Amino acid sequence: MLEKTIIGLMISAIAFFTVYSLTPILIKVLTKRNMVVKDYNKKTDTMVPRPGGPSILAGILVSEFVLYALLPSTEILALIITTTLAFLVGLADDRKVLGGWFKPLALAASAIPIILLGVYVPHLEFPLFGQVKIPELYLALIIFIIPITGNTINSIDVLNGVASGFMTIASFALTICLLIVHNYDIALASLPLGCVSLAFYKYHKVPSRIFPGDSGALTLGSMYGTLAIIGHVEIVAAVALLPAVINSFLFLSSVKRVIEHRQIKAKPVVHTEDFRLMATNDKLAPVTLVRLILSNGPMTEKEVGFVILRLTIFSAALAIITAFLMEIRV
Amino acid sequence: MKGTSIFIYVFVMWILIIAGGGLLVSLIAPISIDGFGSMNQVIISILKAVIAILLVVVWIFVMSKIKNWIFQKHISN
Repeated sequence: MLEKTIIGLMISAIAFFTVYSLTPILIKVLTKRNMVVKDYNKKTDTMVPRPGGPSILAGILVSEFVLYALLPSTEILALIITTTLAFLVGLADDRKVLGGWFKPLALAASAIPIILLGVYVPHLEFPLFGQVKIPELYLALIIFIIPITGNTINSIDVLNGVASGFMTIASFALTICLLIVHNYDIALASLPLGCVSLAFYKYHKVPSRIFPGDSGALTLGSMYGTLAIIGHVEIVAAVALLPAVINSFLFLSSVKRVIEHRQIKAKPVVHTEDFRLMATNDKLAPVTLVRLILSNGPMTEKEVGFVILRLTIFSAALAIITAFLMEIRV
Repeated sequence: MKGTSIFIYVFVMWILIIAGGGLLVSLIAPISIDGFGSMNQVIISILKAVIAILLVVVWIFVMSKIKNWIFQKHISN
């Protein structure tokens, strides 16, 4: 156990400092190449470099390869391959805007290594009541989980610091849940996710010096989904993601089809004269989590971000309670 | 507290997830049928999958209704 604790501390430090030291270099490179986008929530014209995905992936790969060298397992291999494939899908989307259906399908394909390497348990474990064995159905579930988690994190990446802050809280909660259900090896493999998110948050928080882009958001989301599958904590992981799930649910139930955010004409949020965020009155605009938060009145970008992070802490607490309930049978 | 209704919504969603799991494990999973010979397993699997999908549809419907109920005032603002 002491050995695993030392390995955990080591890979956490590697993941954190890789992103912490690479991101400023990436910011310079992206700025030099004019790979910048406008930050629409700033009063003055502010251009922010994008995507930060490469530094996030570097942190994940370096730490997971070190973990693989010390404790080789097929699960880590599946985690590395699926996360890298999702990053490539995101990078393609960062370079050229892809259609609404392309991303979910490409992300579904990136889940195939999990099936081929057989690193899953084909039944769903529910708190209090036990498990259901669904050997064939579970394969379909794997194909669905990666696009859902990837796109869910991508859809919450709407304000400075939200996606990285959200993932920091959700993934550390997932690590705690994996420890509660005694899945120590996958808990170790999940540590880099929280650490890279935390390191990236340093540069992504208000005012953002870099945006993660689709490559960053899909990398974080798909790694989270893969950890849920290989760690056999699908329900617990879904609970920790509830604020982002609600955001996707509200969006899809109001637009009633799979569509890219960029294709939406009516914006859910507008600006006040002092450039605070305000919910729009436009009935055609989609309902989103941010719009609902702002229905209480205008807020600054930072204030809305903190409400989302408080909501994430709440759902992380529910996920930890759910993990404890996994140990109880009625 | 500002935004309390969203916390309530997350909590209701959590309760529905646990209740839905309970329904699947204790009521739907144990269902079995006889009389179709070698097709028993296939038929029961399809039946369980259909029930599970229906449950998801009901879950989405309930969440949508709760969302409208909780946020009606907010959205109309």
